[in-house]
Amino acid sequence: MKKTFLLALALSILGSASVQAKQTVKIGLIAPLTGDVKTFGESSRNAFLMAVDDYGKSGRYAIGTVIVDDRNDPTEGTNGALKLTTQDKVLAFVGPLTSKVAIPVSEVATNHKVPMVTEAATSPKVTVYNGKRKPYVFRACFIDPFQGRVAATFALADLKVKTAAVLYDVGNDYSRGLAAVFKSVFEAGKGSVVAYESYQKDDVDFSALTTKIRLKKPELIFIPDYYNKAGLIVRQLREKAVASALIGTDGWDSPDLLKIAGNTIVGGYFTNHYSPERKDAVAQRFIKKYKEKHGAVPDALAALTYDAAMIILQTLDKIETPTPDGLMKSLSRLKDFQGVTGTISFDKNGDAIKSAVILRVDKDGPRYVTTVKP
Amino acid sequence: MELLAYTIQQTINGLQLGAIYALIALGYTMVYGVLRLINFAHGDIFMFGAFVAYYLIAKWQVPLPLVFVITMAATALLGLLVERVAYKPLRSAPKISLLITAVGVSLFLEYFLSLQSIFTPNYIAFPRPFDVVSHDLGPAVVTNIQVIIFAVTGASLVLLYLLVYRTKHGRAMRAVSHNRETAALMGINVDGTISFTFAVGTACAGIGGILYGFAYPQINVFMGVMPGVKSFIAAVLGGIGLVHGAVLGGLVIGLSEVFVSAFVSSTLRDGLIFIILLVVLLVRPSGLFGKRSEKV
Repeated sequence: MKKTFLLALALSILGSASVQAKQTVKIGLIAPLTGDVKTFGESSRNAFLMAVDDYGKSGRYAIGTVIVDDRNDPTEGTNGALKLTTQDKVLAFVGPLTSKVAIPVSEVATNHKVPMVTEAATSPKVTVYNGKRKPYVFRACFIDPFQGRVAATFALADLKVKTAAVLYDVGNDYSRGLAAVFKSVFEAGKGSVVAYESYQKDDVDFSALTTKIRLKKPELIFIPDYYNKAGLIVRQLREKAVASALIGTDGWDSPDLLKIAGNTIVGGYFTNHYSPERKDAVAQRFIKKYKEKHGAVPDALAALTYDAAMIILQTLDKIETPTPDGLMKSLSRLKDFQGVTGTISFDKNGDAIKSAVILRVDKDGPRYVTTVKP
Repeated sequence: MELLAYTIQQTINGLQLGAIYALIALGYTMVYGVLRLINFAHGDIFMFGAFVAYYLIAKWQVPLPLVFVITMAATALLGLLVERVAYKPLRSAPKISLLITAVGVSLFLEYFLSLQSIFTPNYIAFPRPFDVVSHDLGPAVVTNIQVIIFAVTGASLVLLYLLVYRTKHGRAMRAVSHNRETAALMGINVDGTISFTFAVGTACAGIGGILYGFAYPQINVFMGVMPGVKSFIAAVLGGIGLVHGAVLGGLVIGLSEVFVSAFVSSTLRDGLIFIILLVVLLVRPSGLFGKRSEKV
């Protein structure tokens, strides 16, 4: 009799608990909060917390957040991912946002069977390696073979250039991959790549390369790298009186680009995931809210992180019990998710199929130029 | 003709880089001269100089000549502090302890200064206190930054030369470098001379840090690592312990870096610098200008 009573009591407590307080689910974020691309990490953290906040009002679960800093360093990122998966036991995590960190971290996600949705790592190697799909890894952005093609096609068709130079970081999969795609597409379109030069991660003196490029007189220079390096290179190109047009990639999207390059980069183009001038309702609501909260126009990293976090959170609400495997299976069926950066569906590799935009750097920030559909 | 102009331009680029390496290499070589120590923290003192200059220029708008003076004083003070705290207690310890301590000091400076509350681990845009003007001289483009680098480096070298070869302090430095015990017996204040040498060497690194910031306007706490290693190679190449050796070594390393990028491949560049180090160590371990007897 006493036992039954206790059992009933226990059940009633459990029952009432589930009514009163929601079950807590932990979601992680890996982002470069410090280091060479810290503006990426700052945007990402702001947007991640905003997404969790927005979900909180209507969602089925209470969300616990764990944020780790990867410093845009593969080792730091891997350690952070191990901490999230083994110590904090997160259900899933967002990030890392650069390919060079996301590639090793995707191995941790795979080994520990924890789903990850990277917001901006565009290298193909993040989700597929040696032809093998990493089932727990997804991304909210397009991939570099597409991005490189967009840049090369824009150069040929819209800028109408015939000669180009390519400068890339030889130790970075992202930069190297984009450089190779650009070169092959540009040459296939009857353009000629007159200089194809690499540098290393810690380089700051580009005088030899800029002088070389000055000699070759290309109409356009393609620099697929993050804003800090691209800014430094562009500055030195202009100081060497190289007047060629410039095109970059999504790594350029940072308020610090203009700080580092000054006015020398004004007029340069870059491919990106979204433009803050987007007009649709989801984007407008996000941009307005972000501006109110952080006093700045959200860049693509903020928009993508918001989407990546929302993909996880909304999928979480659709499954019966919150388990990593269940989440992974449901994520792989994601279709027509209405995000800030557009409609997102995952293909068989967990990559988002989305259009890209081309932006132009103006004195006060990037301006929308055109959209390219996949 | 075009090739000639190209070569001239690349030579100027190489000399610009080499001048900064030379300034850093001087510190390595002078400290080695008096202490027989490779001060691995030297590259980080160079970084410290760049940060001090950044704060002076960006936060406090200090006029340029004062930036040089204060930065040199700050790096010299840090050099003295490092010497007093880390190296002096080990004066009679085995050489290997001193070397490992130097590596420790280097790592300490990098990671301590990278704390969020100090210099932060971020990449910071270095503001130039003047606009860049490019002069197109026909075959080559010369910027006012390059002119400043050559002028400041040249002036520093002349002053250093006068200091080492024309003053009492310089004579004491050379005496300590030649034979510490005998110098002490002759009434030279050895500890004072070592401290003085540290101060002068690290002040040179401070100048190097400012010029580096002007030329490549982005700084971070790990910026001293590669220039430090390359300047060390420059010092070894010129014959470690020799002032003119360090200068020429720095110029040679700067020029070879640029020429490899210019005529071979930018990817091979750093590899080649280290091959130079290996070849020098194998063929002429005392460096281009070193006398063989000095090594023994």
